[in-house]
Amino acid sequence: MTSATLTPGAALGSQRVSENVRYYEDAVRLFVIAAVFWGVVGFLAGVFIALQLAFPALNLGLEWTSFGRLRPVHTSAVIFAFGGNVLFATSLYSVQRTSRQFLFGGEGLAKFVFWNYNIFIVLAALSYVLGYTQGKEYAEPEWILDLYLTVIWVLYAIQFVGTVMTRKESHIYVANWFFMAFILTVAILHIGNNVNVPVSLTGMKSYPFVSGVQSAMVQWWYGHNAVGFFLTAGFLGIMYYFVPKRAERPVYSYRLSIVHFWTLIFLYIWAGPHHLHYTALPDWAQTLGMTFSVMLWMPSWGGMINGIMTLSGAWDKLRTDPVLRFLVTSVAFYGMSTFEGPLMSVKPVNALSHYTDWTVGHVHSGALGWVAFISFGAIYYLVPVLWKRSQLYSLRLVSYHFWTATIGIVLYITAMWVSGIMQGLMWRAYDNLGFLQYSFVETVAAMHPFYVIRAMGGVLFLAGALIMVYNLWRTAKGDVRIEKPYASAPHKAAVGAA
Amino acid sequence: MDLDSITVALRSFWTVWLALLFTGIVVYAMWPGNRGKFEDASRIPLKEDGQEF
Amino acid sequence: MAEEKKGFSHDTIERNTLLLIVLILITVSIGGLVQIVPLFTIESTIEKVDGVRPYSPLELAGQNIYYREGCYNCHSQQIRPFRDEVERYGHYSLAAESMYDHPFQWGSKRTGPDLARVGGKYSNDWQVAHLVDPRAVVPESIMPGYAWMKDRPLKYTDIQDHMKTLRIVGVPYTDEQIASAKADLEAQKNPDADTAGLMKRYPKAVVANFTGNKGVTEMDALVAYLQVLGTMVDFTKYQSPKQLQQ
Repeated sequence: MTSATLTPGAALGSQRVSENVRYYEDAVRLFVIAAVFWGVVGFLAGVFIALQLAFPALNLGLEWTSFGRLRPVHTSAVIFAFGGNVLFATSLYSVQRTSRQFLFGGEGLAKFVFWNYNIFIVLAALSYVLGYTQGKEYAEPEWILDLYLTVIWVLYAIQFVGTVMTRKESHIYVANWFFMAFILTVAILHIGNNVNVPVSLTGMKSYPFVSGVQSAMVQWWYGHNAVGFFLTAGFLGIMYYFVPKRAERPVYSYRLSIVHFWTLIFLYIWAGPHHLHYTALPDWAQTLGMTFSVMLWMPSWGGMINGIMTLSGAWDKLRTDPVLRFLVTSVAFYGMSTFEGPLMSVKPVNALSHYTDWTVGHVHSGALGWVAFISFGAIYYLVPVLWKRSQLYSLRLVSYHFWTATIGIVLYITAMWVSGIMQGLMWRAYDNLGFLQYSFVETVAAMHPFYVIRAMGGVLFLAGALIMVYNLWRTAKGDVRIEKPYASAPHKAAVGAA
Repeated sequence: MDLDSITVALRSFWTVWLALLFTGIVVYAMWPGNRGKFEDASRIPLKEDGQEF
Repeated sequence: MAEEKKGFSHDTIERNTLLLIVLILITVSIGGLVQIVPLFTIESTIEKVDGVRPYSPLELAGQNIYYREGCYNCHSQQIRPFRDEVERYGHYSLAAESMYDHPFQWGSKRTGPDLARVGGKYSNDWQVAHLVDPRAVVPESIMPGYAWMKDRPLKYTDIQDHMKTLRIVGVPYTDEQIASAKADLEAQKNPDADTAGLMKRYPKAVVANFTGNKGVTEMDALVAYLQVLGTMVDFTKYQSPKQLQQ
């Protein structure tokens, strides 16, 4: 069915394929719109709950607006709604191009996945606000929604893997390895962590099979690998396609990318128990978790070097192209949080950091700096291509977005470092007579200024995203802002439309 | 041999397995014969884009 | 499509999708299997202690409210074996103490204090007043208020279904406990009731009219749950194997 658009020679590896291969892009456009929409919603929810911690009156005394119910709305909105739609958009966009093949299952399947995934998101958010939750972080949706998501995910997997299997390109490009590991592992994690028995087939409530210590291990096997495979492997797939594409040069070392891939997926899966240091989880499991977390530092930095060094010999592009700056800065943040992570998994450090805001800061340096920045970069790349515009509305606005968001992140993570370490130290401080020096609530009161600073950081990050929305909207309309050329360098500033 | 000691033995086995696996990956990645193949693969994203359906 | 089959003659990973999939699945399965499976089979995962029992019907309903309100977002239920934590909260947590929690509620963040042993630490009245308006009791608190919960009737017509479901997943509720669930639930909130049966089935359960309301409310259930947390194990009979750190 597809060979009509291709000559047989197209399957030969190194040969340039110049004939018309046509790709589906309607669904990709929908995913991009949804990603931008959910990004703003998720950041807004984050700012709101951050303000609740600084000013508890904002809980409003209503059952639907308490921190306990809104925090899952924030985490799900940014991880699964924003991050998920970005991953759908980028993976379905790049798999067609790296496979020289249109989507297996066609545009209809992609749109079906789009609508159902986003309906799932809305239902999940509504269910949290109404008080339906499994009571597990990042896995709050109840059993019926879990089943719904499983069906959607299988269809997505069929579409992606099917496209790879019917490809016209002889190699499977490394970005697709990462996307495939992300899709398959998330499926295993989602199913493994949600084996529940519903109380009744007509109700939402269910109880998981496992309890206590086993429940903790399964949950953090899921939770940590949601970070490892959803927020890392998936977004590394984005890095391996969009950084070379935007920099217009191949990845620094393809060999390194192979080592990066296998060591990363092998090591990540073991790291979960570092969320359970010094708990009732047996010591052997904690030690395993710590060991593998520390080893994970190596492949992570291998990947970071690979991403950043892709620009070697073309560093000036960072000056002239703020979109590339988003992409490369995200990889730098990836390097930073994958250094901090292994550090925090070392038991004596974890003794101080665990249960404090340091963890929250660490998560956000990864989530804002790595995941969101690489998403912004990919979206800025995609929108002119998908809407068939020669360039973005304004590169200067991209740069304003970049700096606003970066200052926001810096405020956020420094506030959390200080408050986290301070609170950890206050908890274990003794006075001269050998009594605990601070009551718990004194340590809560000490957090207030940092919670205010953190919320300000969040506001800046949200403001940057709104600048992006405006820029993308004007780009889609086909406008070009009259502005001084972004760079005086001889390079073409806008390479958006390839 | 009870279950606990089997588990302990298995755990040390994984260290060996990990070392072997890692060596295998590195050898595979660095194998001179694979060089051209990888260079081809690394250029995949830079090939021309097609048109939209 | 014939020319597409050429991939299979090159039996290498980056050309063969299925091989790649199988290798990915093996690679990501190993860690989970080695870490998770032994937790179910090794005897020493959960130490043997006396006193840990399934939750009473009212406590169970309270735990479900604890889940529903997402208390785990800010409160841990896991005391680490550190000197300061043991002094602040009590004996470090044992695996056995959460063996009937489906799912566990160890938490990951202490925006508020640990609750693993909050049972009995404050009076029932304090708990109710604090839940209704935290800052009326603790001015610096940043906890949301749950005033709306105080007078909301608890829905417990299906409490037996909950207990039967929990029995399927391994909580050893007896036929007698399930049969008397509704009566036990109401008795725990009524100090004038005959609670001999309740206390025999659920030792150390706290019996009180927590909110002072006539019917059983959601807050009655939640406080009953909070008041039993960490009180089940008799630590005078338990030899702690771990050395305190720090």
